[in-house]
Amino acid sequence: MSRVVILGAGISGHTVARYLNKWIGRQHEIVVVSPNAKWNWIPSNIWVGVGQMAEKDVTFDLAELYGKTHVDFRQAKAVSIHPEGNTGSAQPFVTVEYTNPAKAGVQENISYDFLVNATGPKLNFGATEGLGPEHGHTVSVCTASHAQEANHKLQASIDAMRRGELQTIVIGTGHGMCTCQGAAFEYIYNVDHTLREAGVRDKARLIWISNEYELGDFGMGGVHIKRGGYITNGKTFAESLMVERGIEWITRAHVKKVEAGKIHYETMDGTFHELAFDFSMLIPPFAGVGLKAFNKTGEDITSQMFAPNGFMKVDADYTQRPYLEWSARDWPKTYQTPSFRNIFAVGIAFAPPHLISKPMQSANGTPINPTAPRTGMPSAAMAKAVAMSIRDMLNGADKPTHTASMAEMGAACVASTGSHIFKGTAATMTVFPVVPDYEKYPEFGRDIDLTFGEIGLAGHWMKYLLHHAFIYQAKLRPGWSLIPD
Amino acid sequence: MGNITNREPYQQAYYPPAPTGFTRFMRTCLLWQLYRFVVINLKMLKLITKSHH
Ligand SMILES: Cc1cc2nc3c(=O)[nH]c(=O)nc-3n(C[C@H](O)[C@H](O)[C@H](O)COP(=O)(O)OP(=O)(O)OC[C@H]3O[C@@H](n4cnc5c(N)ncnc54)[C@H](O)[C@@H]3O)c2cc1C
Repeated sequence: MSRVVILGAGISGHTVARYLNKWIGRQHEIVVVSPNAKWNWIPSNIWVGVGQMAEKDVTFDLAELYGKTHVDFRQAKAVSIHPEGNTGSAQPFVTVEYTNPAKAGVQENISYDFLVNATGPKLNFGATEGLGPEHGHTVSVCTASHAQEANHKLQASIDAMRRGELQTIVIGTGHGMCTCQGAAFEYIYNVDHTLREAGVRDKARLIWISNEYELGDFGMGGVHIKRGGYITNGKTFAESLMVERGIEWITRAHVKKVEAGKIHYETMDGTFHELAFDFSMLIPPFAGVGLKAFNKTGEDITSQMFAPNGFMKVDADYTQRPYLEWSARDWPKTYQTPSFRNIFAVGIAFAPPHLISKPMQSANGTPINPTAPRTGMPSAAMAKAVAMSIRDMLNGADKPTHTASMAEMGAACVASTGSHIFKGTAATMTVFPVVPDYEKYPEFGRDIDLTFGEIGLAGHWMKYLLHHAFIYQAKLRPGWSLIPD
Repeated sequence: MGNITNREPYQQAYYPPAPTGFTRFMRTCLLWQLYRFVVINLKMLKLITKSHH
């Protein structure tokens, strides 16, 4: 019997766990280590952030679910990886620290035959002074509890507007090197909609601030879509949507510092600005969660296994090259680490070889460019590929059998812009592939048939469908594996 | 100074395309949207199928 240890029970870690449980749960041991008691369908946090859903609608208890499976769930956070074991034994292990109240702070070594790092991002609010809900002045929708708090502050702002006060609401990215513009993009439309429903939209100035070179870049270097007899840029689509809803925008911006009611930012031309606000949701930059790695003798090998930003190095080509020499082939396919055939990293936890948007700097040398997006659909696709590879390697394959390169897969983002089942609309956007491949698609780098954007009720229904289908799937309800990932 | 009758030109909102009434109507037209729902679902399924190797 072998043991597979999965670090993280988010979108990618839970996907690995549910497939391995289905395929090998009876013959082998599966251990999931994750610090939170709950699983969270993160995309629907947006609806929690405007009070349309409660935290309980987007989360469920992991111990309860895994209790019905062959998965051994440990509510703990991984601290370090020891891929060669230690001087006493060659068996690799991870050191974890329990976070559940009964065993809080207790450390334990868990040995493994295969390890999957699916620890997602560290929400690096500390990278920008004054950013974030805990030590700063802005709110966040990145976790369900953050989103709950965001809604309380938003409702307070709405109350102020009802009293006749004017409010400035700023939503976007909180640093020059953030990713996840899509989440902020969706949130601003939901806030707009909520203000309209409350009858106070005329009292609010709604401003989008982002590190994108142009609107609609989303960290993917923008997209081209077919629209009205033209192949047009996603910029046109995104700007039109903002104008229609009376939203202003500031792009090419690096938020340097946030004070109570004031955002300080620098723009690409090297100038510095201030923006007063009453309510602000700014996405933080992401980093790896800070796992350490040690060799057999206890020597620190973290820099060998992880990139400087804390993400785990996998089978990508990390050679530094100028933008024009980037290739779709640089992107990882199997997510196996180069030095250890039994360690994989999926979801946000793996280190991308480079950005997708062109790297840029302000006149003062400050990098202002979105980092590569790591959305849910690719996270699940790579998780399933790794689960299949581990299953096959346990059955004798000597190397990973399945691939899921972001240069060969698509992603979808449905940004709701209203909630009524007949009157609401949503912007549906898909790209294929996420990382443009100019060898395969010389003109735009992407398949124009599968890269599209449209606004309408259909997208809104899609969003509801995805919410219910993915929570149903994650809860392992009957027939869950028939739902595509 | 007389009443302001003109608009400040070339502002941010001046350039992007604005949807016509017909486009807006189609966005919530049930029949059309049901059709688009099927189309989007099929496109997404194709995208998902092409993403798994
Ligand atoms: C507000 C918001 C909206 C979004 N909307 C969309 C959308 O509409 N469509 C889309 O495709 N994507 C969307 N995304 C992106 C999507 O949520 C992520 O791509 C996805 O969650 C990444 O999955 P993951 O498993 O890598 O990370 P996560 O889902 O963040 O999971 C990481 C897991 O690791 C655990 N963990 C952390 N540290 C440790 C440790 N030391 N040891 C063990 N476990 C640890 C965490 O508790 C968590 O369980 C959105 C993101 C946000 C923030």
